[in-house]
Amino acid sequence: MRLEFTEEEQAFREEVRAFLKLQLPAQIREKVLNGWELSRADHVMWQRRLHDRGWGGMSWPIEFGGPGWNSVQLYIFEEESALAGAPRLIPFGTKMVAPVIMAFGNAAQQQRFLPKISSGDEWWCQGYSEPGAGSDLASLKTRAVLDGDHYVVNGQKTWNTLGQYADWIFCLVRTDTQSKPQSGISFLLIDMKSPGITVRPIKLLDGGHEVNEIWFEDVRVPIQNRIGDENKGWTYAKFLLGHERTNIAGVGGSKRELARLKHIAAVERKNGRPLIEDPLFAAHIAQVEIELWALEITNLRVLSAERGSRAPGPEASILKIRGTEIGQRISELMMRAVGPYALPFRREAMEAGWQSDPTRDPAGPPYAATLAAAYMNLRKLSIFGGTNEIQKNIISKMIVGL
Amino acid sequence: MNFEFSDEQQQLHDSVDRYLAEQYSFEKFRAINASQAGWDTAAWAGLAELGVLAINVPAALGGLGFGPLETLAMMGPCGRSLMLEPYLSSAVIATAALRAYTDDAEARELLSRMAAGQAIAVLAHFESESRFETQWASTRAERTQAGYRLDGHKAVVMHAAAADTLLVSARTSGAASDTTGVTLFRVPRSAPGLTLDSYPTIDGQRAADVYLKGVELPAACRLGAEGTALPVIESALDIGLAALCAEAVGVMQALVDATVTYVQTRQQFGVAIGRFQALQHRIADMLIHLEQARSMSYLAALRCSDENVTERRRALSAAKAVIGQACRFVGQQAVQLHGGMGMTDELVVSHWFKRLTAAELMFGDSDTHLQRYAALTR
Repeated sequence: MRLEFTEEEQAFREEVRAFLKLQLPAQIREKVLNGWELSRADHVMWQRRLHDRGWGGMSWPIEFGGPGWNSVQLYIFEEESALAGAPRLIPFGTKMVAPVIMAFGNAAQQQRFLPKISSGDEWWCQGYSEPGAGSDLASLKTRAVLDGDHYVVNGQKTWNTLGQYADWIFCLVRTDTQSKPQSGISFLLIDMKSPGITVRPIKLLDGGHEVNEIWFEDVRVPIQNRIGDENKGWTYAKFLLGHERTNIAGVGGSKRELARLKHIAAVERKNGRPLIEDPLFAAHIAQVEIELWALEITNLRVLSAERGSRAPGPEASILKIRGTEIGQRISELMMRAVGPYALPFRREAMEAGWQSDPTRDPAGPPYAATLAAAYMNLRKLSIFGGTNEIQKNIISKMIVGL
Repeated sequence: MNFEFSDEQQQLHDSVDRYLAEQYSFEKFRAINASQAGWDTAAWAGLAELGVLAINVPAALGGLGFGPLETLAMMGPCGRSLMLEPYLSSAVIATAALRAYTDDAEARELLSRMAAGQAIAVLAHFESESRFETQWASTRAERTQAGYRLDGHKAVVMHAAAADTLLVSARTSGAASDTTGVTLFRVPRSAPGLTLDSYPTIDGQRAADVYLKGVELPAACRLGAEGTALPVIESALDIGLAALCAEAVGVMQALVDATVTYVQTRQQFGVAIGRFQALQHRIADMLIHLEQARSMSYLAALRCSDENVTERRRALSAAKAVIGQACRFVGQQAVQLHGGMGMTDELVVSHWFKRLTAAELMFGDSDTHLQRYAALTR
């Protein structure tokens, strides 16, 4: 038993670091490290740089144009990327639909879609949740009816992340209403430019636009855009959800934010002393840091057990619950660290380049403006990707066997 | 021992509750929130007509001469309706501060006008370095031939832009953290040299950083004797803290109610999600937090004007620590149990969550008060 990575893995880490140092644009890094908003162009540019290095499909095997990394290498890549301030990977293309296309798509689909996912030329989004089908995804109602060589799709999807940027959407649709819910679902790839698709923004509590409702009204989808067999979509969906859960612990991102918390607590003053010296606040930081350390080791144990294979098992639910709780706690402590200056809320301060009136003392330190909004926004962590309550059900059923 | 409201307090509660339910819907809140000013003069006039702006004003000055229990009775409905008007800032805190100066004709006049809804005053005390420590003041007041000249910067002053008058604390002597040497001044918002950097707060209220640059005041704008204002400021802030606690309890009650309704309505896996025991227990925990918070809001109201300052501050810090923790738990869990819907701007739930988040931070978060309590108790 040992905690250290192998020499090969250490060398790989150095390789990733060198790449990030050379290729990550300073203005993107600055946005990430300060919690400012990233544009579509930022994400696409970063995906392009990864692609040019051969890492566009970072979790893919070599035969599909990926680097063929194992799960430990992928972990190292993601940790280093997060620590360096690289954009959070938008998972819908590379990590969600791509593995499904590789495993269940035909050769034509693989050739058509995979290269443009890797290169960032096509942005993907997800059509899973519906107003009546959240935790109970299998109860989805969006209908697809075969009409010649096309499906005609009608229905509504919701909680669609960044669909306003997307070129394609992968959708779960109901193709059979007679059998039990899980058996009547198919998996379709739909061009977002298809007539009959309407994307409507959902404004969130922090004022941001990152999710949408999507309406499908007689949208015609060529039958060759169906993945695998009709009515087998639930199998593919479950496979996909397994892949969504790689890097679910977000250890690298939490390490980066923890460092930011400590920086803020060192600058902030309480009774004339740095806040980080306040015993209670220092204990809060220590508590979350220790929990993160434990999570990191738990995560490495899971990785070690599955070195070689790719989709994590039900232990991923442990990582999701603790990872999101820790992420939320760090954001809460950052908000509390700035005291009264957590209260001002200026939407414009979420964007790079915003400055308060330079002729007078600013209303609060520059890092304070985004913290409460981030705290509120990150409440989503314990809701999306399967609520933490659902994850506990998975643990008690799949791991414990209750 | 008796935890009932008097008939008069109950009537006050009921009339405010009814008035806000009829006149201050969520749609109204949204419209006011979206407006430039962020508060509504018509709603303010309505509150004046209802008489509630006069609650804390002495009867001799046209007020009702009530106190913290009446304030407690009406703050719950204010929280539930997410009222954006400067009630807490002007009708509670600034009113409490001015009550200490009823031998000052101008202060009396101001209180009378505030009771009638004709004037709004807010206390501008905290500064960027003070965090939540009440004795800190680095804003200077220098004597001039005609009176005083003020220079300084006040941080996150709630409803400053809505006010006609700011009650500004400034040092006439001593160092920034001394407990003596702080003096309170009546400063017209239109005073030359006074500027505001205004912004919404996370819960949609309005606040501003207030900049004073060579603000010239006649001596008559000084309230009370030089250097004696700190006890007045602390007393007013404590009365405000008790009112904020009551407001937070009103918000928590609304969130518990909304969450119970939601889990009884929302169907997943063929049943209302309220049938799942894990969620039932979570709501039970929310209710426990709510009731513990309610108890402490009573304690805060009963003790916030206690003459024994140590006992008063001990009780208030205990209350804010418990209520702050409850704000966090109830707010977070209400969002969680509403799922994605709880994250949307469209649903009132997220706005109650934001008000609770702000309430926990205002006047010191639960950690600040936990430590203050420990220091007063050892």
